[in-house]
Amino acid sequence: MKVFNRIYTFLVFLFLYAPIFVLLLFSFNASSSTSVFSGFSLQWYKMIMSDATSITALRNTLILAVCSSILATVIGTAASVGIERFRKGAFRTGLMATTNIPMTNPEIVTGVSMMLLFVFIGRILKTDSVLGFGTMLIAHVTFNLPYVILTVLPKLRQTDKNLAEAAQDLGCKPLSAFFKVVLPSIMPGVITGLIMSFTLSLDDFIISYFTSGPGFQTLPIVIFSMTKKRVKPDMYALSAIIFMSILILLIFYNIAQQKSEEKTERKR
Amino acid sequence: MSKRASFASKAVASPYIVWAALFIIAPLLFVVYYSFTNASGDFTLVYIQTLPKYLPTFLRSIWFGIVATVICLIIAFPLAYIISQKSDKAQRTFVLLVMLPMWMSFLIRTYSWIALLQDTGIINSFLGKIGIHPVHMINTGGAVILGMVYNFLPYMILPIYSVMAKLDFSMVEACQDLGGNTFNVIKRCIIPMSLPGVVSGITMVFVPSVSTFYISQKLGGGSFDLIGDVIERQFQQSYNYNLGASLSLVLMVLIVISMAIMNHFSEGEGEMVI
Repeated sequence: MKVFNRIYTFLVFLFLYAPIFVLLLFSFNASSSTSVFSGFSLQWYKMIMSDATSITALRNTLILAVCSSILATVIGTAASVGIERFRKGAFRTGLMATTNIPMTNPEIVTGVSMMLLFVFIGRILKTDSVLGFGTMLIAHVTFNLPYVILTVLPKLRQTDKNLAEAAQDLGCKPLSAFFKVVLPSIMPGVITGLIMSFTLSLDDFIISYFTSGPGFQTLPIVIFSMTKKRVKPDMYALSAIIFMSILILLIFYNIAQQKSEEKTERKR
Repeated sequence: MSKRASFASKAVASPYIVWAALFIIAPLLFVVYYSFTNASGDFTLVYIQTLPKYLPTFLRSIWFGIVATVICLIIAFPLAYIISQKSDKAQRTFVLLVMLPMWMSFLIRTYSWIALLQDTGIINSFLGKIGIHPVHMINTGGAVILGMVYNFLPYMILPIYSVMAKLDFSMVEACQDLGGNTFNVIKRCIIPMSLPGVVSGITMVFVPSVSTFYISQKLGGGSFDLIGDVIERQFQQSYNYNLGASLSLVLMVLIVISMAIMNHFSEGEGEMVI
């Protein structure tokens, strides 16, 4: 049984990682083929490092991910605090159902529906170029919000409601009571929401595809237009760089998490 | 707490409420509006009436989606079980390994399957070396389904695993003590207990599979159009927003119906497990 388990696990992970190995291998290819390996070379890495389109797209992607994740986290955390105070009823149920829509709706429908809204607004404003950074930011914040709310709400439920009141009795203003008492206790949820938003935004293609304009293109959009033609290994090199950076970040994050868990365990 | 403070703490939700109304609800209303109007904004049923033409495409999307979901379930269930039996540290590593590929552009990952599946690709040249005739794989329906399984398998593994990791395995032992053989223990004990994870896994795989458009274009070679492809073309090539909107409306209704069926089967336990 143990041997069978090992083989099975190996095969599934082979399946999951096969295209990534191919991609890593061919990013070092000496020729421009993505199926025949003809020797080791770093030329594609050099090429991508000096390619203006990719560098701009990478910068755009990071700007969008940072802005949208922070905005979504602020709006979403505030929303969770409010929702937690709402009495159970039709309004609260309706609001939670609405919150679930971007998560359960097919991404293409979310993208298309937002595009229709923006196109309509563009028609009213009589401009052709309504699609751009602004519309992408709105779209990204919208699909990030549910994830923030659904990670923060459970944390709020776990915190003692009397804490904020106690702080206020001791002379805290409501706002500083929130920042001094409530926020620290829901911080893990807020951080998880922020990280989830950041990675979702970084990786999103489908919704971005329908809400972006020619003036502001993110990496997935650039990759998409490149894969319409024949892909050269330079795209592979770019993906390899991103993959390695995320891998390193994740490893650090995991080590940090493990350390903080060990700390809390020792405190007990 | 004073009344004023309690009002203030509710009012902090208002930016979100406005946001949700403007950017979640309003866009959906626009989908309905565009489905029933023509390019100049007049009421029409033309686009709804042309929908039967797309029935074969819808049926193919649903069929491919179901097949991909079933394959994902068959692959993911044992793996989730195997992972849940490991030590805490190993579990963490395996979960990370499952999630890692998702952080790489799915476009590029799907594209690199072409290099594997091509007639002169890596798999076929490997088969040739061990003396097996090359198999034609790229640009087939099977390749499209493979692309779906590949891209969405983590969405099946993770929710099932997260339920299994919390399972009380003394229940499984009790089941064995009561004389259940391996088959019965799995059927009567492990499957029912991990049902919430399975349900959310099924929705998380089925929804993106049915509505995908990139995978079918790249691995199907254009001869296996799915409903996502048709919608994408209306918005990005032929600029027929009204037809695109009515197709999206049908897709949305389709998803709502299939989710209702799923929730019916899970008897209201269909809570999202992330």
